[in-house]
Amino acid sequence: MTEIATDQAAPSARRQSKDRLRRRHAAERRFRLYGMIAVAVALLFLAGLFAAIFSIAYTALGQTEIALEIHFDGALIDPDGTRNGDVLARADYGALVKDGLGTLFPEVKGRRDRRALRKLLSVGATFELRDMLLADQSLIGGRRTLWLPASDDVDMYAKGLVAGGADNGGRINAKQAVWLDLLRSQGQLEQRFNWRFFLSGDSREPELAGILGAAVGSLLTLAICLALAFPLGVMTAVYLQEFAPRNRWTDLIEVNINNLAAVPSIVFGLLGLAVLLGFAGMPRSAPLVGGIVLALMTLPTVIIAGRAALQAVPPSIRDAAFGIGASPMQVVAHHVLPLAMPGVLTGTIIGMARALGETAPLLMIGMVAFIVDVPLGPTDPATVLPVQVYLWADAPERAFAERTAAAIVVLLAFLVVMNFAAVLLRRRFEQRW
Amino acid sequence: MSHLLIILAILSLAAIGFRMGRGRALALAGGDARALHSLPNHYGGYVLLNCALPGLAVIAIWLAVEPHAIRWLVLSALPGDFRVLPTERLGLAYDDLRNLAHGVAVNHAADAVLSAAASHYLALRRIAVVGLVIVSLAVAGTGLWRGWRRVAPNFAARRAVERYIRVALIAASTVAVFTTIGIVLSLVFETLRFFGKVTLWDFLFGLEWSPQTALRADQVGSSGSFGAVPIFAGTLLISAIAMAVAVPAGLFSAIYLSEYASRRVRDVIKPVLEILAGIPTVVYGFFAALTVAPLIRDTGGSFGLDVSSESALAAGLVMGIMIIPFISSLSDDVITAVPQSLREASYGLGATQSETIRQVVLPAALPGIISSILLAVSRAIGETMIVVMAAGLAANLTANPFQAVTTVTVQIATLLVGDQEFDSAKTLAAFALGLVLFVMTLGLNLMALVTVRKYREKYD
Repeated sequence: MTEIATDQAAPSARRQSKDRLRRRHAAERRFRLYGMIAVAVALLFLAGLFAAIFSIAYTALGQTEIALEIHFDGALIDPDGTRNGDVLARADYGALVKDGLGTLFPEVKGRRDRRALRKLLSVGATFELRDMLLADQSLIGGRRTLWLPASDDVDMYAKGLVAGGADNGGRINAKQAVWLDLLRSQGQLEQRFNWRFFLSGDSREPELAGILGAAVGSLLTLAICLALAFPLGVMTAVYLQEFAPRNRWTDLIEVNINNLAAVPSIVFGLLGLAVLLGFAGMPRSAPLVGGIVLALMTLPTVIIAGRAALQAVPPSIRDAAFGIGASPMQVVAHHVLPLAMPGVLTGTIIGMARALGETAPLLMIGMVAFIVDVPLGPTDPATVLPVQVYLWADAPERAFAERTAAAIVVLLAFLVVMNFAAVLLRRRFEQRW
Repeated sequence: MSHLLIILAILSLAAIGFRMGRGRALALAGGDARALHSLPNHYGGYVLLNCALPGLAVIAIWLAVEPHAIRWLVLSALPGDFRVLPTERLGLAYDDLRNLAHGVAVNHAADAVLSAAASHYLALRRIAVVGLVIVSLAVAGTGLWRGWRRVAPNFAARRAVERYIRVALIAASTVAVFTTIGIVLSLVFETLRFFGKVTLWDFLFGLEWSPQTALRADQVGSSGSFGAVPIFAGTLLISAIAMAVAVPAGLFSAIYLSEYASRRVRDVIKPVLEILAGIPTVVYGFFAALTVAPLIRDTGGSFGLDVSSESALAAGLVMGIMIIPFISSLSDDVITAVPQSLREASYGLGATQSETIRQVVLPAALPGIISSILLAVSRAIGETMIVVMAAGLAANLTANPFQAVTTVTVQIATLLVGDQEFDSAKTLAAFALGLVLFVMTLGLNLMALVTVRKYREKYD
């Protein structure tokens, strides 16, 4: 009986267990696949992000310029022949540009057409002529062929980013398109390196806007942030790790620091607005205030990294120093801290990198103002790179999109340099005990 | 500028003090440092601190008090008809005369009274600078002299100096505490003022949010209503979408990297994933607004769906990607920390690798994983730039991810950017929202902390 039963049951049981095993293995493969998909999704997104930004950004490297023969007519610029700086600064350089365009397109008549012609060039062209003349007065009376910046609409059209003709909302009309094609065929319109983007401050005109002001603002803000966060962070880390007794007070400080590390950055902005601007009466939009706010924000990062680095220094170093009669302060200052320094610095650089990319708290303290001048000191109104990105991203002109992306690339370049420095520091100086 | 010079003068005096203290100690010991209690530099340091600390303290106090004192003196010297002016007008007049004194053009013709007051102001400023120089240098000099006199071979200079350093270390460690206190106090204080204008009930349970208040009393329409429910709902919607992306992606990445991937793959992919956490959020915001949102809108449009170009989906999706590394790296750490013996026991019973992970490793790592998820939620709620750039401004109460919703952080940013008066309900509402945000994230962080501390299984 029993033998018959097993004989009949065995194949089906074996089949069942085989089936189960197959299902289990399929589940195994699926599970593994989910993991690969998750990683792939993240990597693909990252690739997409970089591809999108770089593909928009690269056109900002060039700026369309138009070659124009300018006659620095003494009768127009300086009719009395005074060669006085004030007179020269106030002269009508727009007229020079108009004359230049007029000789190039003598057939263009009528107010409307002339204005359309004038609009091919940026309003910045007149300022560039003025600055050139103020730097070199011997130009007066001479003729020079100069490359002047085209307006942002022309720039977009020449880069092929917007269509010309009547159907694009009147940005570049059909006549302008003909003129531009003519200029291009004569070699008087080309893409030249966009030095203005790297050497000027913000502007309402995309073709004149640059990131120098924001970059200097970022630099000043980070300098203040570093000057505050590094010493305070290291001192706190040293106290908590080396000297603090274990009691409720230090426990409170520790919990508090961990918590502060996870407080949303915009809340630090509210703190800056209420306390630094409202209560202490500090100036709005100043890198000083931005630096203080960012320092409070990065302090926990520096402290946590500092403590980890101090903890990694083996007790034998301390014991040896105590053994030759050093005081607790000397043990830390002469032996433990120098050995922990690479770790502390790595943590600080990473904290600074985060501060460099931070936007939200700076919006709260007014660093979003439109500021043309490059800031010269920590109390001048300024903006920073990420805020500049935010401001340009909001601007309606198409030409600002590529500049936004280019500013992002500059910001990312700074971040890469800082993170690379951190990695290098760790590789070069970190000791394993 | 003159203040910087004074500080430099104090510091150079302190440097001289260092030389003097060191020199005196060595001289008293007859040039033999072994006869001293401490190292010669400690004596120098003692004199330096005794000179610099009081001098700098005087400057700090002086700078804090000076503007108020000068303002009081100038205003009380003004003729009688100025004193009856309301406070704001008086403040304006004071700003005017300060501009006048600094040679900045004033927008109306300066009258005789104002220019007299301006020269009074300038005179007071000059007196103040001279006074500061004399007082701070005198205090620093006295400190130097007193410190120098105490230098003696048996004086324990090292202990004295180390006491100062210890106090400085303790003071530095309280900065973090004061930051928290400052955050709480400023938020609570402004929020209380807000609740003087809008009731707590209306704020927490009101269904309509339109913070535009009338600038003048006779304006129509914009009465302003501060029901925050749509904002909370929008925040939760976007965070939920973000977590729906980040939790599975983060968790599976962590499992794959810690359990399946070879060491070489792991060494490459882990840092690349961390890049996602290092990219500034404003970059994500730009990407979401420029690329992802139009993509979703057009894809939805081709399926006949009406997708807003500021849809919650776009913001949530991008935010979710941003959060992946926060979940994956923390979970990775806790999964790696599960002892190998547990896995081997499971394999020994015949379990496959995925069964081992699901039934042994994940339960063992669960407290850490939950805490990482809670921290990620807290980050999603507090994230600002992505939603400011990619989510909407209008407070819609909807659960439809294709529509535009707004969040707490977006509202804080829009209410406080630009011109503002400090007293309007509009400005104060931002602080009330800030307090809600702070309390929510604090709660999540503490929960994360407690989860790990209480439920973590300790092996070995």
